[in-house]
Amino acid sequence: MTTHPHKDYAGAKLGMWLFLFTELLLFGGMFLLYSVYFKRYPQEFAAGGRQLDWIMGTVNTVILLTSSLCAAMAVTAVQRDELRRAVALIGGTILCAAGFMVIKYVEWSAKIGHGIYPGSEHLKSGPPGESVFFSLYFITTGIHGLHVLIGGALLAWIALKIKGGEVNAGNDILLENGALYWHLVDLIWIFIFPLYYLIL
Amino acid sequence: MNEHHHIISYKKLTAIWLALLALTALTVAITRVELGGYKVLGALVIACAKAGLVIAVFMHMKYEGRLLRWLLFLALLTLAIFIGLTFFDVLYR
Amino acid sequence: MDSNVQKVTAQPSCFWNDTGKSGLTSWIFSTDHKRIGLLYFYATFGFFLTGVLLGLLLRVELMAPGRTIVGPQTYNALFTVHGVVMIFLFIIPGIPGAFGNMVMPIQVGARDVSFPRLNLLSWWLYITGAIIILTSLFSGGGAPDTGWTFYVPFSSRTGTNVSLAVFGVFIVGFSSILTGVNFVTTIHRLRAEGMTWGRLPLFTWSLYATAWVQILATPILAITLVLIMTERLLGAGLFDPARGGDPIMYQHLFWIYSHPAVYIMILPAMGIVSDIIPVFSRKPIFGYKMIAFSSIAIAAAGSLVWGHHMFTSGMSDTAVMVFSFLTFVVAIPSAIKVFNWVSTLYRGSISLEAPMLFALSFILLFSIGGLSGLILGSAATDVHVHDTHFVVGHFHYVMFGGTGFAIFAAMHYWLPKFYGRRYAEKPAVVAWALMFTGFNVLYFTMQVLGMKGMPRRYYDYLPEFATLNLVATVGSWILAAGLVIMLVNLFRGLWWGAPFEGNPWGGATLEWSIPTPPPTENFVEEPTVTHGPYDFTGIGR
Repeated sequence: MTTHPHKDYAGAKLGMWLFLFTELLLFGGMFLLYSVYFKRYPQEFAAGGRQLDWIMGTVNTVILLTSSLCAAMAVTAVQRDELRRAVALIGGTILCAAGFMVIKYVEWSAKIGHGIYPGSEHLKSGPPGESVFFSLYFITTGIHGLHVLIGGALLAWIALKIKGGEVNAGNDILLENGALYWHLVDLIWIFIFPLYYLIL
Repeated sequence: MNEHHHIISYKKLTAIWLALLALTALTVAITRVELGGYKVLGALVIACAKAGLVIAVFMHMKYEGRLLRWLLFLALLTLAIFIGLTFFDVLYR
Repeated sequence: MDSNVQKVTAQPSCFWNDTGKSGLTSWIFSTDHKRIGLLYFYATFGFFLTGVLLGLLLRVELMAPGRTIVGPQTYNALFTVHGVVMIFLFIIPGIPGAFGNMVMPIQVGARDVSFPRLNLLSWWLYITGAIIILTSLFSGGGAPDTGWTFYVPFSSRTGTNVSLAVFGVFIVGFSSILTGVNFVTTIHRLRAEGMTWGRLPLFTWSLYATAWVQILATPILAITLVLIMTERLLGAGLFDPARGGDPIMYQHLFWIYSHPAVYIMILPAMGIVSDIIPVFSRKPIFGYKMIAFSSIAIAAAGSLVWGHHMFTSGMSDTAVMVFSFLTFVVAIPSAIKVFNWVSTLYRGSISLEAPMLFALSFILLFSIGGLSGLILGSAATDVHVHDTHFVVGHFHYVMFGGTGFAIFAAMHYWLPKFYGRRYAEKPAVVAWALMFTGFNVLYFTMQVLGMKGMPRRYYDYLPEFATLNLVATVGSWILAAGLVIMLVNLFRGLWWGAPFEGNPWGGATLEWSIPTPPPTENFVEEPTVTHGPYDFTGIGR
């Protein structure tokens, strides 16, 4: 009661981290399935991984890491009351997010163009492990992509709040939490990347 | 309220970013070499190192109190247990 | 709900009439935890009554062998919807959403939860999910017929409206997660001065443990439900053996959530009982620390035992043994609680009023349910009674005899506090007696039937089970009669009954130190806690 609930900085941060835990466990379910099926079909998973474009995967990793850097810098900028720079840095994050999604789109459409998508005839006639690999790939990266979109929208909204003066050096918890969400998206990708693109 | 803030310098953030890029290059490199099963292990270890850097610095965990760190550990432990116990089935079936 | 606002005798700042506005919108857009708690209460209890009705229909069908009132397809839909409604719309959100919201912030000495708007959002998500689930019954291919577990391969193939129902459950799960996040943050951050962890009421402790399960297990349900949708809509084949998938992995994922979910249902019920028993024994709780600790222990150990639902699924024998062993570990903290409650009663000055009667029957019914759970937890015996009515009897003992009766106890214990009026004691006791009798006639008979080999989830059965099934159905009617009396008496009392003022039960937790009904801000001045939650020194009745 000593602090008004809305102004409880540590409480807001704790709440955000708790929410991030739920996100971790959500993707954790997919990683659980991955580990089980990888154990069962190591060859097919390697063959599947070879069909993914590791260069695009690497580029996307670099893009996401950079976007995370921008988000983290935006937090520093707001804390130093460099609000214009903060907005610019968030702009950088969102730009990276857009680039990531474009590359993802190119990758997905190339795969779908080759008849590789969940439930496709091509996968049905191929070895069972391959179908599992690509179903996991599409579902995991699909859900991850959805998080990228949500994170981008969230950060855009926060940038507007910075411009409107509602988020500033004295009250930056919204941006800190938004950035935390963005870093989580990056964190998940850090594991998706080697597991799907580099297991050869 | 401001005593919670530890402002991380741009320089430090950039250094972490460079380290992350270097680790990314390293993962790509070791998975190109023929290492057999170790390659998976290596890629995962590097991924964990990268995740550790992101959590510690980008996500400010290094500067948070003990509570959040324990809770994060609890969440990760839970996930590890979920996966681990499932393998009692998968490995021995 | 609006009509009774004027009837409550209340000071101006009372949460019933504080907003200056009236009507539905002052409720459904309120961020006051007490109003949200009542919204949850009426919504969840409404679904409880829906589930009861479906359950009664199931019992009528099973009254005699062969087709009695419905055919096999309708029967499958009935038990599926009964399960989905009872589990996801009543019992999981029931205690945290309703009584947790109403009572917990007051118990820790806070003005509200940490994120009041998020709290409102989680109620809205709950209602949205519920509406989607209800829509799924009357659209597409009709009501799901998979059982509440949505097991593959059937759930990925059946023509009924599983996809929409599963989406609704997904939304409800999200609501549950947000409640968990809110409660953990509130309990960490908003405790009043002097409210140390060692002075937290045990109901709050149990909600804390529950909230952790909600946070860490529910996401696994979410991803599982997404996977059912991808199976059905995209044909992903992740659980289809023909495509390299493994249906047993579905069961793992499902029970990784759904077994801990059992503790989302029972833990807060144990918290209610831990709060009521010392008050009606006029004695500090025995073993406070162990009860608090055992809540955490149950939450932790309960997350390791999901495999005991899968002994006959074809998973590895090693896993069967590991999960069977771990299951027995959970019995330890559960037994700690039971022993401590009984020790609290010892030489207490017990008053057998309605809340206490329900709380006491919780101990007995939960113990029967828990012990029959050990028969199921032991792999050797489980194989014989798996998928029989023994299982149905077992989990109704725990969920209805346990959580259900604890909710009834909470309704008699706390609702008068929020309405400022009381129910009549005698009819409440009569209702309790009828329900307790009917309950045992119904579910003990089910356990016997299961032991004799009657399988669950069939609308028909062999003639030799006819007598016992008739007995069980009659039991369901006694139970329902008791329920009707209880509700009529309780709500008549809450609306028109004698005033309930001050601290009639003589509780020592913070909610009994504030005016009745509670003011909007809960506390007239910031509380400073100087004594434990069950220290009755100086508190009269």
